[in-house]
Amino acid sequence: MIFLKLIVTNLRRHRIRSFISVAGIAFSVAAMLTVVTILQGAIGMFSGILSSDSEIIVFERNVSDLFFSNVPAAAVEEIGGWPMVRHADPVLFGVVSSADHPIITCFGVTAEDARIRKATWVAGDRLDFAQHADDVVLGERAAEFLSAKLGDHVPIGHGVFHVIGILKTANGFEDGGVFMPLTSAQSFFHKEGTSSVITIKLRNKDDAAGFKARVKASFPNLIGLEDQEFTRSYSQFKILKATAWAVGGCGLILGGLGVANTMIMSVFTRIREIAILRVNGFSNMQLAGVIFGESALVSIIGALAGLSIGICFLYMLKLVPALHGYVDVTIEPAILLIVILLALLTGVAGALYPAFYAMRVRAVEALRFE
Amino acid sequence: MKTESANGNGNVVLRADDVWKSYDDGAITVLKGADFEVTAGQTVALCGPSGCGKSTLLHLFGGLDEPDRGRVSVNGTEINRHSNLLRLLRHEVGFVFQLHNLIPDLTLEENCLIPTVAAGTDQRSAQARLRHLTDRTGLSHRRDQRIQKLSGGERQRTALCRALMNKPKILLADEPTGSLDEQTSATVFELLLDIVATEGVTLVMATHDRGLAARCDRLLEMHEGRIDESVSVR
Repeated sequence: MIFLKLIVTNLRRHRIRSFISVAGIAFSVAAMLTVVTILQGAIGMFSGILSSDSEIIVFERNVSDLFFSNVPAAAVEEIGGWPMVRHADPVLFGVVSSADHPIITCFGVTAEDARIRKATWVAGDRLDFAQHADDVVLGERAAEFLSAKLGDHVPIGHGVFHVIGILKTANGFEDGGVFMPLTSAQSFFHKEGTSSVITIKLRNKDDAAGFKARVKASFPNLIGLEDQEFTRSYSQFKILKATAWAVGGCGLILGGLGVANTMIMSVFTRIREIAILRVNGFSNMQLAGVIFGESALVSIIGALAGLSIGICFLYMLKLVPALHGYVDVTIEPAILLIVILLALLTGVAGALYPAFYAMRVRAVEALRFE
Repeated sequence: MKTESANGNGNVVLRADDVWKSYDDGAITVLKGADFEVTAGQTVALCGPSGCGKSTLLHLFGGLDEPDRGRVSVNGTEINRHSNLLRLLRHEVGFVFQLHNLIPDLTLEENCLIPTVAAGTDQRSAQARLRHLTDRTGLSHRRDQRIQKLSGGERQRTALCRALMNKPKILLADEPTGSLDEQTSATVFELLLDIVATEGVTLVMATHDRGLAARCDRLLEMHEGRIDESVSVR
């Protein structure tokens, strides 16, 4: 109890300094949580596009980005005929721009594709899809920002397309995208006879390993990955994740420097107190415990405050109409744990030098000269 | 093993053998071969002008500093080795300083419990000891008060309680009444003598007050870093 009191007393003694330290950690944690959650959500959404009614994705081996992947139509046809495959849907990804929107994702799909079959059609009829080369179906948000409604002709990229449907999905990328018939997309993006990926639905999930081995044997330049494998190994996702943690980590380091500064000041201004504790039998470990305890308390309060701020901020982002479907406020327990541990680690790291300094305080000098 | 004193009057609990100590890289030599010993239960006053080495000697006995030369031992054990320091500070010696050296944001009770926290004493024993000492020093009704709210005399009595919490065998007091007025000083000193006598504690006290010093079993005069045994009074 006295030990805790010694820790708390000093924080209360310098309230503003303590508050600034807590705020530093809190905002770092909030920033990390926000960045990581948004990017995890984005990755989840992108994975969701690929895993719509499918378990495996087949694409060109060793491409850095799926936009550069070319899967020949012959492969789609052959794989679709394998007995273990329920259906194989080719998807071509493309990116175009329009007047006010630098990036619009286009999906070249067949009429049988799960995205077309299972989406909620707000306007139009799915049976009309792929009847004409210039027909497109817009995601609801894309229709909103392109100010398009059913029957309109809208300029997309270098072409003008006829809107024959508007659909609503829970996925932000799909909701902000444009769906074209596969052949139209191949022509539009100059990728005749190819798709970016094939999404595979197996008759029996247990056949996944056999399927992947057969892809490898039959098409050495293609690779088949289960959805979770793909999410883990896709280099773009890795880069995004690494970026998110690096940005968050930088924030946390700044917060940690704040804690270090506070703890250094804390030790310098309580040299006499440290000397008194020493004279009364406190060991080096006990003195370090007081210093580390103080920094840990700052970090924990900061982390909890930061998590609250971050979660509130994410919910606020979710309410922004322009970000509808893009922000997924599903915070994984593992991320919460990592963020709290990192905050704690930062606090402890910030207290290393101050604790070392405190352990070296010579009681006799501190008591003599202060 | 305890050492017998030179005159055979009892166990030697403190001993300084040819102790030298200097500061500022040898520019100021405070102790120049100090020799003396204290037997168990004695009250000893160290007198002498400021800077003669009284406080330094107390710090050496308490393990807060190390001699440049010579040996300092407590209860027969040479103490200027790091492994002994914690045990020494937790169980064998207690310190009372001129400026009480209490932590102002803590209460009287919390300040007194610090040595027991350091020593890992169980709470029940610590509380019982605290009750006993605060009763003896007349501070029972002030236990929950913060140090800022205590008078000078109360603070010094609190410091005395704290120093005795772990039942040390030796009390090292550095001008314990130096910051108090004459009347309070007399009261606190009376209490100090009374408690050390009842608890059987050996007292070594540095003081300028010869009136108080005269009430101790021995008065040792320090002069130019040495102890003049010839002026021992009892």
